[in-house]
Amino acid sequence: MKSGARTRLTRCIALAAVILVLALAADALANAASAQAGPLGAIRPPPAEGIAGWILAKQALFYRALSGLIRASKTDGSAYWGLMGISFIYGIFHAAGPGHGKAVIASYLLANEETWRRGIALSFASALLQALTAVVIVAIAAVLIGATAKMMGDTVRVIEMVSYMLIVLLGARLIWVKGRGFLHALHAVRSGSEPAAAETAADHAPHVHAAHANCHHHDHSHHDHADHDHAHGHHHHAADEEEDVLPWGHAHGPEPEELAGPGGWRRGLSAIVAVGLRPCSGAIIVLVFALAQGLFWAGVASTFVMGVGTAITVAAIATLAVAAKAAAKRFAAARNGYGSLILRGVEVGAALAVMAFGVLMLTGTMASERMGMF
Amino acid sequence: MIQRLISVVAGLACIVAATGRVDAHPHVWVTMTEELLYAADGSVTGVRHAWTFDDMFSAFATQGLEQKTKGTFTREELAPLAKVNVESLKEYAYFTYAKLDGKRNKDAFLDPIDYYLDYDPKETVLTLHFTLPFKTPVKAKAIEIEVYDPEFFIDFGFAEKDPVRLVSAPAPCTVSVEKPHDDNFPITLRLDQAFQTSEANIGMGANFANRIAVNCP
Repeated sequence: MKSGARTRLTRCIALAAVILVLALAADALANAASAQAGPLGAIRPPPAEGIAGWILAKQALFYRALSGLIRASKTDGSAYWGLMGISFIYGIFHAAGPGHGKAVIASYLLANEETWRRGIALSFASALLQALTAVVIVAIAAVLIGATAKMMGDTVRVIEMVSYMLIVLLGARLIWVKGRGFLHALHAVRSGSEPAAAETAADHAPHVHAAHANCHHHDHSHHDHADHDHAHGHHHHAADEEEDVLPWGHAHGPEPEELAGPGGWRRGLSAIVAVGLRPCSGAIIVLVFALAQGLFWAGVASTFVMGVGTAITVAAIATLAVAAKAAAKRFAAARNGYGSLILRGVEVGAALAVMAFGVLMLTGTMASERMGMF
Repeated sequence: MIQRLISVVAGLACIVAATGRVDAHPHVWVTMTEELLYAADGSVTGVRHAWTFDDMFSAFATQGLEQKTKGTFTREELAPLAKVNVESLKEYAYFTYAKLDGKRNKDAFLDPIDYYLDYDPKETVLTLHFTLPFKTPVKAKAIEIEVYDPEFFIDFGFAEKDPVRLVSAPAPCTVSVEKPHDDNFPITLRLDQAFQTSEANIGMGANFANRIAVNCP
């Protein structure tokens, strides 16, 4: 592959990464702003326009089709397949709305170094956990103890709060870890001028890989990467030993290698639970409706199929985030110490975004879903 | 190959940016009929709402409630739920906004009175009835009442037939309604309107409100 083309690609994708971060930030701000505007009609609901309006329109139609299909499933077996189909498509569209973790997951992936496989796995796990939470809540509350809508709404609210708090904690942990990485990179850049700085940076900054600082050698990088990281791990411990003890037990930002190994899933689990704990209120309404129609299992199937649809949308966005991050990393690698500083800066920014999402949702500043009017 | 990859990434970025703007999506649909109540002296004393919820939300809302006859609920059985409803609605200012002679009245209403829920066993839907009295009865030439959820979790729409009624209003008063969408094809029309008006009108609130306008010359 020609090196010029690769550099251009790298730049373009890095630009896309920046755009992604800005879009997420702008979205969060817009959400916050519209929620703060208060209930007295100063700000109208966002009008349905363009792609957004189209998605909004479609998912409203699909959601409303669900009730008819559930009813029809009672007598007509083929309606059941229609129900599954619509549930799936509804899930795909629905994930575009708030409260389905796409912003948190995308930011999380930008802050960390994850493979696209893991990005997708994370999306699916969190979406299916959301579906599972909804089913468990309705199964226990409505089927077993005959709870009212208000009781279910209160339960969901408590779970939501826990979920948001976990997102805040997740963000805090990322800020801590990534902030340290940033400071290391800053230190590395300050403590020497290039090209000597490259070596220093490689020793100190958690993710700087001088071995493939030059992307023309990318083809070798897998090998370099593995070797380098082993070495780096030792260096790092030695250098930092006196410096800190982390509450989360590990002094480093999660390395890609860690994720594949034991413990990696456990760490990913924190993100999955933080995002996936919160059930989709639409799924709960569908489940209760199915229950009232005597077709609880159709509702359960519909909810999980919806979850798969949701997962696909979130996974698409997650893949984009992973690609953007990988590109940003290549971009950084071509710029020695300063490049790593930028990369660490992006990570800190994404970590801050995760925490900001958590805080905004926890304080109710950022609109999430609500359970009707209870 | 690289060019293609770039365009794919750029395309995805656009999609993310676009979908990010889908801020809310309703899970509850309300079909409403409204009444404006007049006193003998021609002043408006309040707004009487009748909000019919969609079947899925109605099933959700009635979950776990006691019922003597399966498949239906009496007004008494629904009384506790009605109380919860109106109490919860306070937080959202009853989704009801009043404008008197062109001026927004921020704190126009007292707490609801005469509230109850009805259940239609045939359609399996709930209807919430409640009256919002004006703090002080209003005599205004132009009264506008808007009903909507600013967060758009509840999609309000007027009933097809006779959505608004003036109760014992002075003879010369006329009422008109502005619908953001038609109930049969809610979304399509809304989109059409959005396309038609989005550029022309930046403060586009007016185009999406369910608005009742009363004129008493």
